Amino acid sequence: MKTKIRLIDDSGKRVDGRLPDELRPLRFEVGILKNADGSAYVEQGGNKIAVAVYGPREVHPRHQARPDRALLRTKYRMATFSVKDRKSPTPGRREIEISKVIREALEPALLLEKFPRTTIDVFIEVLQADGGTRCASISAASLALADAGIPMRDLVAAVAVGKADGRIILDLNHLEDQYGEGDMPIAMMPSLNAVTLLQCDGSFTLEELEKALKLARKGISTIYEKQKEALRSRYLDITKTYKVV
Amino acid sequence: MSKIEHVIPIIKQKTIRTLLEKGERLDGRKPMDYRDVRIEVGVIDSAEGSALVNLGNTLVIAGVKLNIATPFPDSPTSGALIVNAELIPLASPIFEYGPPKEEDIEISRVVDRGIRSSKLIDLEKLGIITGRRAWFVYVDLYALNHDGNLLDACMLAAVSALLTTKKPKVHVEGDEIRILDEKEPMPIENTTLSTTFAKIGEYVIVDPTYEEELAMDARLTICYDKDGRIVAIQKGGSGYFTPEEIIDLGRRGLEISRKLINKLPTPLSSNEV
Repeated sequence: MKTKIRLIDDSGKRVDGRLPDELRPLRFEVGILKNADGSAYVEQGGNKIAVAVYGPREVHPRHQARPDRALLRTKYRMATFSVKDRKSPTPGRREIEISKVIREALEPALLLEKFPRTTIDVFIEVLQADGGTRCASISAASLALADAGIPMRDLVAAVAVGKADGRIILDLNHLEDQYGEGDMPIAMMPSLNAVTLLQCDGSFTLEELEKALKLARKGISTIYEKQKEALRSRYLDITKTYKVV
Repeated sequence: MSKIEHVIPIIKQKTIRTLLEKGERLDGRKPMDYRDVRIEVGVIDSAEGSALVNLGNTLVIAGVKLNIATPFPDSPTSGALIVNAELIPLASPIFEYGPPKEEDIEISRVVDRGIRSSKLIDLEKLGIITGRRAWFVYVDLYALNHDGNLLDACMLAAVSALLTTKKPKVHVEGDEIRILDEKEPMPIENTTLSTTFAKIGEYVIVDPTYEEELAMDARLTICYDKDGRIVAIQKGGSGYFTPEEIIDLGRRGLEISRKLINKLPTPLSSNEV
């Protein structure tokens, strides 16, 4: 059961020394895997997540193919060693639900109608988990999709907001997720003002929901800039390497 | 994803949208009208708690079974709650038997989250012998007829069944646990229910029917506790909501849930069991 621990000290600092509205150190890398059509890697706090995109490619089993658009399939999985107690390699209900919400967070951004009868597969492997893995996965997956050249309306950036010691905080770590009073993962297409993932548990008033959305948006715009930076540095590097004008 | 998928004729989709422009719906409801809810509790004698929920033509049954088992190592003093929803082929041509699909798992987990976050049951009070024995509460949900909004119907059924569950009393002597014939109510501390909205084009409606679900772009489920606090949210579907829409729906959902909460059975008192 949850025991009480203090998550914000008297000076207003959190367990890892951050301010309530501060993100954890965040680093994206695009194009890390040779075989995939697109790939990305993210480190956010203690999270380490790799994402590969394969497709558009032929659908197997065939009957799943859509005549008018591409199928989007996402698999979110956690490595057995990604958490303190070894996780069973069989996917649990949590991983299946998260795979579904991640797919529904990415789908609004993709122009799937451009590739009828094909599938786009997104594979997410959490190598190290430290709270907020679904959000970090979404931010990285949207980079991997961009890297694969899938036309998109916008990148999708995500962050969790939550509540600790009665205050709304940004980008929860594992401890805050476990001992806090609420967790609210949010994904957005920032330029379109569109929320594509919203979940929550805990206890929030309407005012707190409004505050949380506002704070999430602030965090998301920072993440969005880092995503664009990561894409630029990847493709600017290529331009340098291959001397393409 | 279900293997068999239903599609909605474009002409019907258009009708749904044209009606919404005028603030109307196929079944005559206004966008923010909830269908009639009928709840019957204690319908299954072999279960410690049960409820049958009619939400329009949607029909869901919940059964609560109680077992004594070894508590989880990370919560040695408390009982456990396990929610499982099954969308069986009896309820709709789109469902099939087989391993639980995404939809079943999502419903189970959102209902579980609502009950857990609202602290509807005080699980600490379900421990019997620390680290050794505790009550495990299994809430199993079956869809019997699917006409949309299974999530809200499942939430109503699960909560109604729990509020009226009769738990056997136990006698503990050292390591021996004797289950008595005498019953007592569950340690109920709160209540919860969900309101589900569907976004169709630029319009938002509450409590979608199956046809409306086929036409919808995105779904938003908000769960409230008895004090009107938000205890769970789940967005579904391949569309999106703007932050402004979410805040507006947070308010509307609260109004609707305040009316809906009266439909729930009152928790059993100790002289009723």
